[in-house]
Amino acid sequence: MSDPTTLANEAAAIEPRPRDGRQTHFTHSREQTSEPTTLAIRVRDLNAWYGDFQALHAISLDIPANRVSALIGPSGCGKSTLLRWFNRMNDTIPSAHARGSVNLGDTDLLSRTTDVVDLRRRIGIVFQRPNPFPKSIFDNVAFGPRLHMKLSRTELQDVVEWALRKAAVWDEVKDRLASPALGLSGGQQQRLCIARAIAVGPEVLLMDEPCSALDPASTLAVEDLIFELRRQYTIVIVTHNMQQAARCSDQTAFFYEGRLIEVGATTTVFTKPKQQQTEDYVSGKFG
Amino acid sequence: MNLREQTKMQSPAEFDSDSKGPLASIQLLSGEPRRKLDARFRGLCVTIAAVSVLVLIGLLGSILLQGVPSLSLTLLTGGPEPDPSEAGIRPAIFGTLWVCSLCALFTLPIGVATAILLEEYQPRNRYGRFIYSVIQLNISNLAGVPSVVYGLLGLTAFVSMFGLFGSRTSQGGGLEIGVRYYDQFFSEGMRSILVPVSDPSQPVNKLVNGMQGFDSRGNQVAINVIPIGTPLPTGDELRYTLYEDGEAGRITKKAWYHFSLPLGRGVLTGALTLMLVILPVIIISSQEALRAVPSSLRDGALGLGSTPWQVVWHVTLPSAMPGILTGAILAMSRAIGETAPILIIAGIVYISRAPQNLMDDFTVMPLQIFNWISRPQEEFHAIAAAGIILLLAILLSFNALAVLIRQKLHKPLS
Repeated sequence: MSDPTTLANEAAAIEPRPRDGRQTHFTHSREQTSEPTTLAIRVRDLNAWYGDFQALHAISLDIPANRVSALIGPSGCGKSTLLRWFNRMNDTIPSAHARGSVNLGDTDLLSRTTDVVDLRRRIGIVFQRPNPFPKSIFDNVAFGPRLHMKLSRTELQDVVEWALRKAAVWDEVKDRLASPALGLSGGQQQRLCIARAIAVGPEVLLMDEPCSALDPASTLAVEDLIFELRRQYTIVIVTHNMQQAARCSDQTAFFYEGRLIEVGATTTVFTKPKQQQTEDYVSGKFG
Repeated sequence: MNLREQTKMQSPAEFDSDSKGPLASIQLLSGEPRRKLDARFRGLCVTIAAVSVLVLIGLLGSILLQGVPSLSLTLLTGGPEPDPSEAGIRPAIFGTLWVCSLCALFTLPIGVATAILLEEYQPRNRYGRFIYSVIQLNISNLAGVPSVVYGLLGLTAFVSMFGLFGSRTSQGGGLEIGVRYYDQFFSEGMRSILVPVSDPSQPVNKLVNGMQGFDSRGNQVAINVIPIGTPLPTGDELRYTLYEDGEAGRITKKAWYHFSLPLGRGVLTGALTLMLVILPVIIISSQEALRAVPSSLRDGALGLGSTPWQVVWHVTLPSAMPGILTGAILAMSRAIGETAPILIIAGIVYISRAPQNLMDDFTVMPLQIFNWISRPQEEFHAIAAAGIILLLAILLSFNALAVLIRQKLHKPLS
């Protein structure tokens, strides 16, 4: 039996590719961004299993830097699995294993020798349900910086304020930083979790259906935030909500039964999809 | 065509959407019998609760009736005298405090660490998981083993240590820490002089003129040894003067941390044996508490780049602490009241003073109470009842303390 995360990426090893060779051009649905983008995460021939069940089949995908990439598809299509391999959250599931290659810059994300702790600092994650720690608002945001950085008290305060501002929740919590985070509303909690993820200075933000537990108003706030954040971070968002994917992503990848059916600029995927399955899904015929 | 209509089209069409389908011809159950059953069940629960409360009140009442007249200061300060009017429980109180605090000191870290290992560091491969499941099964079974069995285990594993270190009665053999041997002489001036012994296995020191010793206050003195028949000096010198054939007795001075192998029937052995009794209970309750921490919190901490230990230390353990402490309180209550294993370790012996060090002989309150109850005289039974009241008082104050700590730790952050 093989340990999954580890078994290696022979393909990547044998076949050296120019890292920034493939530059992709996307247009954003809200504002035109014509400058070429660089590549953040490169997935090649990724197969992933839970025990004997194969959740992902030969996925090859490029995630462009400083763009929002949406992963869409019906439940059980493997989009969350893919997301959780990006920062190795699947390590917590004993039966999960994968073969293929996932690279962030020069780092091989699936290698046994990759420092998972450092990897997760570079690739932050926001979960479906807001999961603030049962600590104060301040301590929640300061949690990550305290793990990774040696900061004076004022530096830490600066980092926390910066992250909370960045996550557009500062004005709502600045007067009660010492009060429990669990006292916030669901939308505020989710933005707090985003602030918590930002505070360690990641390059990539993974979002696993970040709005599915939120009311429409909070959803809008979080979407605006995602749109704002893409200037600085590469964002990968898994969503069930197709309007959301259309509203706030630059690139959309459609998954069905563990396979990547189609990937392209969001406007193209939603208006002129190449595959029939994609068209059925985005027009609401199934799913 | 909107999505709703499409969905309708795809749904099975066997039933007309307007009819009730098979439900149309089916009669609903009357609510009456269900409600009656509900009321009866509630009545049953209330009765059972009332009976157990009544039994408790009866027990406490009879104990209080018997014991309160015998509660006195003598009981708190005295030793186990043969005269009931002078008998007290002080050595046993201190024995219980020593044994139980040591037991908590050993059990809590080991138990919680084991629970963390089993819950938070689960192996990924199947062999590791198999080993874990074997360990888990063992712990669950050990929690149900009668405590007498642990007493026997303690007897072989701790008291004699399988005979690996010889017998404890041979003084000076094996490993010893925190003990000093002295030869005690009485000078011609009727002062006690202590001469340190470097090798306890050798016989009493030969007297040499000018050798160093200590007087009763601990001051260093030079000993003046004179041949037999010589006239005694006068004045201060007489205090430290000995004839060369002076006889000595060997005494020991033990620090509180006195330690030797094998462990013998001391406080440490009692604590370790009780540890065996309550360790499975603490492990299982700590595991439950850790399991109750939502995994989303662990994911959140891991996702920020915590190491597994940081997840445990900063997130899981603080959240699980109230539950862990509740389990610890219950386990410690059991340890305080445990009699059988201590009876096997310590036996019923006359212990007139509180334990002075880790190796010292001891008795505990339940054992003392058991001892008194087994006597024929009525007076001792009354003292035993008073002892039970004290035991309950100590137990309840321990619990109150633990609840207080738990409240302190569990800041309401939700």
